[in-house]
Amino acid sequence: MQQTISFTLNGKPTSVKVDDERMLLWVLRYDLGLTGAKFGCGEGFCGACTVLIDKKPVRSCSTAIKEVAGKHVMTIEGLSPEGKLHPIQEAFVKHTAFQCGYCTPGMIMTAYALLEEKPHPTREEAVAYLDGNLCRCGTHTRILDAVQDASKAMKGGA
Amino acid sequence: MLKDKTEQSKGLGQTSRRDFLKISGTGMGLLVVASATGPFRAMAHAQEGPPPFPKDLNAYLHIHPNGRVTCMVGKVELGPGEMTSLAQCLAEELDVSYDSVDMVMGDTELCPWDMGTFGSLSFNLYHKFLRGAAAEARAVLLQTASEQMRVPVDKLQVEHGMVSVIGAPTQHITYAELVKDKRIERHIENVPLKERKHHKVMGTSPVRKDAIVKVTGKAHYAADVGLPGTVYARVVRPPAFGATLKSIDTSAAEKIGAKIVRDGDFIVVIHEKFDGAIKALSLVKADWERKKTGIDDKTIYAHLETFAPQLAVIKEKGSLAEGEKLVAENSGGIIERSYYNAYCYHSPIETHSAVGKMENGKLTIWASTQFPFGEQEGICKTLGMKQEEVRIITPFVGGGFGGKSSSFQSCLEMAKIARLHPGKPIMCVWDRGEDMYFTQHRPAAVMKIRSGLTKEGKVGFYEYKTFGAGQWGAETTYDFPNQKTSFVGSWAPFEPSPKGIQPLLVGPWRAPAGNSNNFANESHIDELAHLAGIDPVEFRLKHLITDERQRRVLEAAVKQFGYKPAAKSPSGRGIGVAVGKLYNSYAAGIAEVEVDKKTGVVKVKRFVNAVDVGMIVNPVGAHMQVEGCITMGIGSALTEEIHFKDGEVLDHNFDSYEIPHFSSIPKMEVVLVESPIMSPLGLGEPPIVVVGPAIANAIFDAVGVRVRHMPMTPERVKAAMQKA
Repeated sequence: MQQTISFTLNGKPTSVKVDDERMLLWVLRYDLGLTGAKFGCGEGFCGACTVLIDKKPVRSCSTAIKEVAGKHVMTIEGLSPEGKLHPIQEAFVKHTAFQCGYCTPGMIMTAYALLEEKPHPTREEAVAYLDGNLCRCGTHTRILDAVQDASKAMKGGA
Repeated sequence: MLKDKTEQSKGLGQTSRRDFLKISGTGMGLLVVASATGPFRAMAHAQEGPPPFPKDLNAYLHIHPNGRVTCMVGKVELGPGEMTSLAQCLAEELDVSYDSVDMVMGDTELCPWDMGTFGSLSFNLYHKFLRGAAAEARAVLLQTASEQMRVPVDKLQVEHGMVSVIGAPTQHITYAELVKDKRIERHIENVPLKERKHHKVMGTSPVRKDAIVKVTGKAHYAADVGLPGTVYARVVRPPAFGATLKSIDTSAAEKIGAKIVRDGDFIVVIHEKFDGAIKALSLVKADWERKKTGIDDKTIYAHLETFAPQLAVIKEKGSLAEGEKLVAENSGGIIERSYYNAYCYHSPIETHSAVGKMENGKLTIWASTQFPFGEQEGICKTLGMKQEEVRIITPFVGGGFGGKSSSFQSCLEMAKIARLHPGKPIMCVWDRGEDMYFTQHRPAAVMKIRSGLTKEGKVGFYEYKTFGAGQWGAETTYDFPNQKTSFVGSWAPFEPSPKGIQPLLVGPWRAPAGNSNNFANESHIDELAHLAGIDPVEFRLKHLITDERQRRVLEAAVKQFGYKPAAKSPSGRGIGVAVGKLYNSYAAGIAEVEVDKKTGVVKVKRFVNAVDVGMIVNPVGAHMQVEGCITMGIGSALTEEIHFKDGEVLDHNFDSYEIPHFSSIPKMEVVLVESPIMSPLGLGEPPIVVVGPAIANAIFDAVGVRVRHMPMTPERVKAAMQKA
């Protein structure tokens, strides 16, 4: 059904008039031009499309736009709004926690949600939290190192 | 300070090379990548002789008035870091700072011809041309400075693009002042490259050129180029290979605003929304006539063995009959084994994606490809277009692993789509199921080995036959006195492969043929070691290895692991070793695994991989390539298998096709062994070939059963234990 959906996107009030069953990922990428969240599998298996809704990580490929009405949506574009890297992004750079970079926005948003929820995760907790995010290049260990570093740099406060 | 050196310029597709050189070098940096033709013609080049890389140094670099240097390369950035390491090569030989280099990659109009980014060939073949161009430019600029400053060349020095007089540094002139934004017209032949001991930029690990754009979500991949007015396409696919279209009804799709274009059975649904095209495709009712082939993921192995009984001999030495005489006294010394490997999928997280625009007779495609110039050539040949009518631009590529190196897949398809629907930019992104179906899989393979041990524990003869995989990696580095190696069927169109032997599309998958062949060879060597009652490391070192580089990587892995021979075999420790060689690079791996005897689940706990990959340009990048190989090798060894029946691929997503997760990753240790080769060699692929066999050998060491079929799934491990 064609509806006007209002929500907060990266801190800014946003309204879109769309078929409210459309998936958030397509609206973000192709209606709003925020291409940081990626299409990887379309069924929630890979995590490349991960964005935060009210600070919880969700698969935007499998979340209808109507579900974000009145909520706060945060994408990778909202993480460094003034161009200054967030400590998680700095840690990803420091540890070269990426290769092709295609899964990276989803990894960083999931890591952000983890550190919001649990500022000092153990390595095992980080593995469990990130386990649904796929990386084919094999940067997992570096991502875990980056998360631990970011946790220290943020001193428990995202 | 980290600066973004790769901010991409939208609309660059409209830029000619001359305009481009005017606008680039403004410090904003540019990333464009693209290229190619007939699949693997480029790889065939590698075998046939030197490819036509341009000789004019201006094809590779341009020095701007502000001192920035644009480096143009036909390579693409898929993940391994070519954007960074090639910039390092240029900075080193030209004597400019790494930070002053802006990379332009994979654009068939802006960049010099290149064979493609695969086969671990980025450096192996390419670095010499780029470094040579930079070294020549440096020599020309020094000569020009010498003449202008009236100081002999040997009294001049260069640092960061500034030529100055040794001992009188206030007398100086910059490259930019010398070049005056022009082409470098003078040429000096055979300028030597810098020796390794003089390297300041090569051999270090600066912050990657693509780091900032990748962690901020600004890196653009093909589906992100965002051209105004883009419409979206989906292709009507047959449900299985060999299916033919009986009838089609597109009326329901048209009712929701889709436009249908077709050329015979090539039918495309176009919609103004990305997801509108997905929905429209789901509304297309197509009736297909399917073929029963009787071949599926279980019967494939018998099919491979019987399809073409004539094998081509790769290597023959001594005589198998003489070898049999040597082992005759050792009763039970002859063993005959078969090993199997399944179809495997590349699984880049970015599926095949392309945007095309056909306008005024000119076709431009933004493509997710490893092979821009090959794509261009393939399109020209197939569609009868001229080279100047086709431009391929390659943005960042979200992983390739060999799966994006054919010129007959999404890029050619996009060319057809754009020609059927000229004017507006049009995007086609394959969904995961399409990618799993239409990619060119690693072929399923059967390897049969018959060998014999003498009473002294020497290998008297070794007969190797490989069906389906291809010939790379079939030969070991071992010097068996009597051996014969032969093959039939391959991933590669340039190797003799009987038509119809593979029921699915096949092509290169990281270390083509190497994974299957080395799994068989190195599993078999372990079986022989066990038969001889000798520790598998000692067996290899004392009885088999004659190649010094192979020996050194194994010794390095043994040292790093802290490997000690066990009192008995299998020891129950779950430790396995394997060595391997691909191209001119060497690897040795030691795996430590845990096997759940009830479920058959194998968990890799630790993996040491020691490699000799020639000269290292970027140590962190090198480590990461080996880590990637270990990770991907674990998937291939334990879980990854394409299931199919009668030409239909039954896996559609990452639920049934399981690639490694965070929880699959062992403790990884990478050893970069100092190489006698003073040149960078292949790095992205050779280390993977030891992963499967080291895990297989570790499983044997853990539970005393041999699993001769990759992937070694819980079902196969359990079946082997029940049989034992």
